[in-house]
Amino acid sequence: MAKFLENIKKNAMLIVLVLVYVFFVVMTEGKMFSPLNFNALITQNAYVFILATGMLMCMLTGGNIDLSCGSFVCFIGAIGGILMVVKELPAGVSIFVMLLVGVVYGCILGFLVAYVDIPPWIATLAGYLAFRGWGTALLSENSSTGSIAPFPQTFLSIFSGKIFETPINELNIVCVAVGVIASVIVVAVNFLTRANRLKKGYEADSLVSVIVKSTLSVAVIMLFAYKLALAGGIPTVLIWVVAIVLIYSFITSKTTLGRYFYTIGGNKEATRLSGVDTKKIMFFAYLNMAVLTVITSYIVIARFQAANSTAGTNYEMDAIAACVVGGVSAYGGSGSVFGMVVGATLIGVINLGMQLLNVDADKQKIVKGIVLLGAVVFDILAARKNANK
Amino acid sequence: MGKILLEMKNITKTFPGVKALDNVNLQVEEGEIHALVGENGAGKSTLMNVLSGIYPYGSYEGDIVYNGEICQFQKITDSEKKGIVIIHQELALVPQMSIGENMFLGNERGKKSAINWNETYSEADKYLKMVGLSESSRVLIKDIGTGKQQLVEIAKALAKNAKLLILDEPTSSLNETDSRALLDLMLEFKKQGMTMIIITHKLNEVVYVADKITVVRDGSTVETMDCHTMEINEDRIIRGMVGREITDRFPKRQNPFGDIVVNAGDVNMEVKNWTVHHPLYTERKVVDNVNMYVRKGEVVGIYGLMGAGRTELAMSIFGRSYGSDITGSLYINGEEMVLKNPREAINAHLAYVTEDRKGNGLVLTNPIRVNTSLANMNGVSNHGVIDVDKEYQVAVDYKEKLRTKTPSVEQNVGNLSGGNQQKVLLAKWMFTDPDILILDEPTRGIDVGAKYEIYCIINDLVNAGKSVVMISSELPEVIGMSDRIYIMNEGKFVGEMKAEEATQENIMACILQSGRGEEA
Repeated sequence: MAKFLENIKKNAMLIVLVLVYVFFVVMTEGKMFSPLNFNALITQNAYVFILATGMLMCMLTGGNIDLSCGSFVCFIGAIGGILMVVKELPAGVSIFVMLLVGVVYGCILGFLVAYVDIPPWIATLAGYLAFRGWGTALLSENSSTGSIAPFPQTFLSIFSGKIFETPINELNIVCVAVGVIASVIVVAVNFLTRANRLKKGYEADSLVSVIVKSTLSVAVIMLFAYKLALAGGIPTVLIWVVAIVLIYSFITSKTTLGRYFYTIGGNKEATRLSGVDTKKIMFFAYLNMAVLTVITSYIVIARFQAANSTAGTNYEMDAIAACVVGGVSAYGGSGSVFGMVVGATLIGVINLGMQLLNVDADKQKIVKGIVLLGAVVFDILAARKNANK
Repeated sequence: MGKILLEMKNITKTFPGVKALDNVNLQVEEGEIHALVGENGAGKSTLMNVLSGIYPYGSYEGDIVYNGEICQFQKITDSEKKGIVIIHQELALVPQMSIGENMFLGNERGKKSAINWNETYSEADKYLKMVGLSESSRVLIKDIGTGKQQLVEIAKALAKNAKLLILDEPTSSLNETDSRALLDLMLEFKKQGMTMIIITHKLNEVVYVADKITVVRDGSTVETMDCHTMEINEDRIIRGMVGREITDRFPKRQNPFGDIVVNAGDVNMEVKNWTVHHPLYTERKVVDNVNMYVRKGEVVGIYGLMGAGRTELAMSIFGRSYGSDITGSLYINGEEMVLKNPREAINAHLAYVTEDRKGNGLVLTNPIRVNTSLANMNGVSNHGVIDVDKEYQVAVDYKEKLRTKTPSVEQNVGNLSGGNQQKVLLAKWMFTDPDILILDEPTRGIDVGAKYEIYCIINDLVNAGKSVVMISSELPEVIGMSDRIYIMNEGKFVGEMKAEEATQENIMACILQSGRGEEA
């Protein structure tokens, strides 16, 4: 029983997510549960997942944030527009140049934060202001409407659309097949990990909990696979999001590099004296953030099929909110990619649900603010309770 | 027998799952200095938190009778109004503010709407004089030393009209001279009728100031000794604290070095003409032309007062992690080495175990497992991918080897007691497979039992052929553990002696002769 309660507490946000989802399904009379809205949940929120992954890495190092990423999405978009639409360069070359610009910005930002010791929120506040202005200026110089379009089809098909698209309401076999394969992999990994641990004589989860965990995972994967199959197939951005989430999950939980992000957030000086180049890690956190911001920019232009000056507005806040709601500590040192994904999804579900209920945009912001505050209060109270034990 | 000022009757305080205090009784007479001693986690601080209202009335059982009336404190200000003031171990001063501002923080002089600064500073100066400080109260806290900061804390307590002053480990961060000055000040206050309770690990201080000693063990008061009616010495107190006789505070070790004759092949590390400048005030020499060596299987003690430059010396040797413009040469196994950062130092089999476990030693929010492997991630990973199972095993091995008391290695280090934290820190550095360990104040703030265990670990290390450099400001420890002792003062080595020759007197004499003594 105690273990059961502990499990509930550990997955509290996940349970909240399910409850909120069910609430909106009921309120929208099932509309929320439709294939098209499954699709919308992913395509509308893809940017949050990717940006929040980068933000997570920054926050782990001690609650550091990047305020400039939203504006940088706009700026990179403008550059992409100029390269692909105005100059008519091939998509591949443009993608590479945009990435290069991101790397240059990431290096400058990383250098300022890690080696010049400028507080990150100040260094990135400069970028927040400058890139919005610069991006807008580039757009209005190159277009009378302040928006650049249309982008070449090659570019759009890499970052948007569907894989093996089929008409709506016709079951997409590829999508279902991918779902089945993913399910098999998840189940296999769960059981192999347990078997491996037992073989080496370490503590392992009970068989029941592995079965429950596997069943729930398969249920979620297959639900998504089925719904997306009816909505025309796997959205291309889902591949990007899943790839990035998996890669960073691995980095944060299994690699020495990821470990150092946590220990720096926990105690920077102790980590430095343990022979870790802490400055390099800080540098890498911001370089990484810039690269992920460029990837975000690709999917944002592809989704809107245009580069415009409002792109990326408040994205930095969405990313921070996703992390915080997902249990990433605002002081650094703790948080996980999985938690962040839950946080981002929760915010996505609330957004979508309110849209479907035709809640006024201003009121949506009020709700989001309350959810954010609630999550932080919950987090801190839970931490305090643990400390008192 | 004087009047009983404070009586705590049958105090029981329970935290979820653990009884921190079990039927504690404490009587304090007016005008006495009452020492509270006990091992870490025995419940001394909890008891004082009950008394001062940090744990409000109702969260514990039993009664507090102060000045003849039963008190029900809801918060700290309630107890302060009665004149019970507690000075915590960690100084609660704001470094960027002046002494005067700190002294009346939360107790501001003047009207509700505005602070009267003239009154603040003149009152502050008055209290500063009472504690024997000549500084102006307009000086910023960060510009005065720790010893003086501790005095400011006391002045701050006086400003609250303290009648019963509780000092929790007041000397833990002070050097011998400052400590002595503080204790003398306590004796002076006693003459003026102040009642004090002192919590400390330093038993020589207890013997020096206390009228009565109450021993707390495992959440209960074991006994109260009256220093005026019975013979009190440190061994007697220790026996009460640990509940058994500790025959030898320092475990014996075969000393292979009878005389100071250097065999070139035996020297594990040597430092020549080592000079380090302050990182900010670059013209200031923090370490000045130091020469030292340490042999295989030897414990070399470095004794010096706080601020003598010992930590700075150690950190500058350890991959230049402190200081600027470092000159001199470092030889490891006879080979000259230039270690540019901690990583290179670790690769050269050097380890530096910091004095500040919480500040720069451990990641408190992470489990023991993570802390154990932090300095040697290569030892538990393949091409940057961590083998968590192996890491777990390493942590368990060290936990058993060093007898760290914890339910699991997945426990966060912040939840451990000081002694166990120190063991985790030692484990972390032992896992880097060092040949030379520099231990900076390895037993600071940990209790007698845990100290003994740390000493045993040090002996095991040197018996295995490692070299240990032990920095300490506790004289008995330096003399009891070292084979050879260097004495450091104001950045210079001012003496070197064999352990047999060393006594507390001649070491202190060495420091006093070396010149101006310490800071004015």
